[in-house]
Amino acid sequence: MTNFLFELKEGLIIAFNAIRANKIRSVLTTLGIVIGVASVVLMSNAIKGIDKSFQDGISSFMGTDNLFIDRWAWFSNVPWWELNKRPPIEMEDFEKFKELAELPIAVAPLNDAGNVTIIKGNNSVSDARVSGTNQDYIYTTNLEFDEGRFISELESNNARRVIVLGFEYADRLFPFGNAIDQDVQLNGKKYKVIGVLKKQGSFLMGSFDPDNQSFIPISSLFKDFRSKWSGSGITIVARAPNNQMLYEVKEEAIGIMRRIRGLKYNEEDDFTINQQDAFLEMINKSVGVIQIAGLFITALSLFVGAIGIMNIMFVSVKERTHEIGIRKAIGAKRSVILRQFLAESAILCLLGGLIGLLIAVAGGKIIEQFNFPVSFQIDSIVLAITISLLTGILSGLAPAWTAAKMDPVDALRYE
Amino acid sequence: MNIITIEHIAKIYQVGTEEVQALRDVSLTIDKNEYVAIMGPSGSGKSTLMNILGCLDTPTKGLYTFTGKHVSDMTDNDLASIRNKEIGFVFQTFNLLARSDALHNVELPLIYAGIGKEERRERAREALTKVNLEDRMDHRPNELSGGQRQRVAVARALVTNPSIILADEPTGNLDTKTGEDIMALFETLYEQGNTIILVTHEEYIAEHAKRIIRLRDGLVEKDEIIETRRVAQPRQI
Repeated sequence: MTNFLFELKEGLIIAFNAIRANKIRSVLTTLGIVIGVASVVLMSNAIKGIDKSFQDGISSFMGTDNLFIDRWAWFSNVPWWELNKRPPIEMEDFEKFKELAELPIAVAPLNDAGNVTIIKGNNSVSDARVSGTNQDYIYTTNLEFDEGRFISELESNNARRVIVLGFEYADRLFPFGNAIDQDVQLNGKKYKVIGVLKKQGSFLMGSFDPDNQSFIPISSLFKDFRSKWSGSGITIVARAPNNQMLYEVKEEAIGIMRRIRGLKYNEEDDFTINQQDAFLEMINKSVGVIQIAGLFITALSLFVGAIGIMNIMFVSVKERTHEIGIRKAIGAKRSVILRQFLAESAILCLLGGLIGLLIAVAGGKIIEQFNFPVSFQIDSIVLAITISLLTGILSGLAPAWTAAKMDPVDALRYE
Repeated sequence: MNIITIEHIAKIYQVGTEEVQALRDVSLTIDKNEYVAIMGPSGSGKSTLMNILGCLDTPTKGLYTFTGKHVSDMTDNDLASIRNKEIGFVFQTFNLLARSDALHNVELPLIYAGIGKEERRERAREALTKVNLEDRMDHRPNELSGGQRQRVAVARALVTNPSIILADEPTGNLDTKTGEDIMALFETLYEQGNTIILVTHEEYIAEHAKRIIRLRDGLVEKDEIIETRRVAQPRQI
């Protein structure tokens, strides 16, 4: 063991000397690894960041413990025209459900108004996402407020024209703040802003961006916008006390819905209990694809770097043939020579990897400025070191072996 | 006591389609504390013989016994270990590591022998002191004269206390006076009980040995004891 450490140390010293002796060449060669490691680290962190923001976004938008009872299934093999035959869920169904359900800690109706433009002065948000719901909806989500409050029971029951804005909407309509108690126009109807949500900072969420949404009382939605959406029904959101209870709440919900619908035992459900799990699954799938594609591309650049290292190591071995001869003549075993060159290429790559890591960290900081989520963790350091060491050892293997198995007589004669 | 016994050694090289018999049939023994010169014109096979004696190469045919061990069928690693512990090389071109200082060059065989740093340093310093280079330990080869470089090489050969010192044209790259200094150094080592094998094509250098083995065309032409040998005297500086 001491012998090994000793040889290792000796190998490292030799390697450092060799690298120092060929500074420019070493730097140029390492560049491939620098770029490779930087892109691998950056890519893996970007993917992690995207994934995290998806997950966070979904969680805050839908809540992890929520069930969405709907006529439509989010993900289903049943064709839409079949689902379309199902009766829509109406407010009366919601009222009954709320009365019968015992397990959920909150139950709320939810419906979206389509094609709404919100206007404040010269600012506007077109094709805004406006959801109608009641006072209980807030208990099914993790939404937090920047200022103001959510819809009250009174406002909900009396179809008051009040609106809660997501952060982005508030920011666009009221660039200078002070949105509370101001009026905005929703397709010409005057609504009063009662609350602004905290920034969730999610990314790439499309129509599920919690910062790009707004809430009005569902009764107001029916009054002002429902005509366009008649027939589509609402969604019932039910929140389980915790994730473990989700299954029981789901079972109860199915039972209640079947009762409300008056289904016979041999009839199939004419509704679907949706869960965010389904979304997460889909997201995990797409993130997985991005991951594989991204890592494949970056692995390619690393591979190019590895070829560079291998090339320069072959040159280094060739150049130092005579030295290898001397070392062998005075008793260096094959393994010693092998380790010496492996150490050299490993150190070369490790240096490259560390520089690449620094670049990746700096690059990540820059990209973060553009609101792109980058998740930096200790494992990226581990990743960079592991990858560069591994690349160094793998790409050094063939040259080092060439050196190790050299014939001492030939090597000594080489000039 | 025999250190080296070779019996009917042959070495055949394949050069292209042609077979070259560098050594045809060589048998000889070398005892402890002998001072032997191997001579011969180029192409006589003396380099090949030196490589085999030095365990840098193995014979195609024949048996080589070195301090009781059969070397002819040893693996690369075993040969490396023998070279490391039992043989001290001194080459015509010095063969020092250019980027390392004298001390590190002398230390190198001890590194490969797995000897700890303290002892290694101590022994390397001792060896350099023996060759009168105690004040040049931190010099790199390019900061040393030819004679000094060769003395570093001798120190490196000595440092492991080998069974034989194998010197291949040790004065070939040195002027006569410096060459004489090196030969004086070998003289001292010989007097201290070392076994020295000198490979040379210079009659003058060979005459420092006690026994000359002359090779020609891969065979031993003559194996003679020198009655009136030359004894190199160290210069008084």
